[in-house]
Amino acid sequence: MESILKASNLTKSYFRKKGLNNLDLEIPLGRIVGLLGPNGSGKTTFIKIAAGILRHTSGEIKIDGQDSGVYTKSVVAYLPDVNFLYKWMKIKHAVKFYKDMFKDFDENKCKELLVFMDLDENDKVTTLSKGMMEKLNLSLTLARKAKLYILDEPLGGVDPTAREKILNAIIDNCREDSSMIVTTHLVNDIERLFDDVAFISEGKIVLQGNAEELRIEKGKSIDELYREVFK
Amino acid sequence: MKFDENIPIYIQIMNYIKERIITEELKKGEKLPSVRELAEQMKVNPNTVQRAYQELERENVAHSQRGLGRYITEDEEKIKMLKSEMASEFINTFIKGMSKLGYTTEEIIDILSKKLEGKC
Repeated sequence: MESILKASNLTKSYFRKKGLNNLDLEIPLGRIVGLLGPNGSGKTTFIKIAAGILRHTSGEIKIDGQDSGVYTKSVVAYLPDVNFLYKWMKIKHAVKFYKDMFKDFDENKCKELLVFMDLDENDKVTTLSKGMMEKLNLSLTLARKAKLYILDEPLGGVDPTAREKILNAIIDNCREDSSMIVTTHLVNDIERLFDDVAFISEGKIVLQGNAEELRIEKGKSIDELYREVFK
Repeated sequence: MKFDENIPIYIQIMNYIKERIITEELKKGEKLPSVRELAEQMKVNPNTVQRAYQELERENVAHSQRGLGRYITEDEEKIKMLKSEMASEFINTFIKGMSKLGYTTEEIIDILSKKLEGKC
């Protein structure tokens, strides 16, 4: 199968500490992959390298066959787990900002998503609650027509109804010609969405596979498996 | 729908559809929802629904018509078979549970017939 991302022996050192330690991971096209691991396991480090925000120390990562750079940034849509919009912005300014930043940004689609998420484009971003902010960021990210979507903790701080909307938006937007990496430690809420899962611990992938096959093989839910791997 | 995440989700989707066929909520020959519709409704990965549909086709419970969608079988024998399969699954679970509690065959029959007659 064609792969959109391939990391081999990927290592990131922060001085003496290793953020990633010879990590190998391949992500085929058209899949939703759950990257699961506790705090400090290297999830966000990996994702930032994939998004082109951090440089790796050694090893290799190819996205759509290319080394990270201008091209890979143009095909990766990254949803960070922190706020990145300016305080003066209203939602509509954020939309315009994205439109200017990314060629593949579809403004109409973004507006549809905002309506779906019950967001008003005249609201200031500073007045949004954490959950609303999450919905806004996700709308902006999914409105790009990227090859690889990276969603870092899309369910953090979100109430159950908003959670449902976010899950729907993700299902609606997965296409055969793109893949998604979703990181989370709230495995239970989202495991039904994953084609494949990869468990990351101390900068390494310790277990990976097709979610359904793992359920058959281990007779456990991914959530239980997570608890077992990281106990 | 509530899932038991310990069991592969595609199997649960298959059972859900079979149940609805047996109870005639889904009529024979009726069109099934599209992969995406059902995925959204159930909040599961579309590939999982795809797999469930493929398995249903393999078991001849449904068949697809190119460009039109998937339809439930018109074969009544098949539907009857589904019903008896599902019934025997329930019964097996019941018997297993009762045996685990230490009931003998006679006691199970006795308690069941009393229950059905409304005596306990």
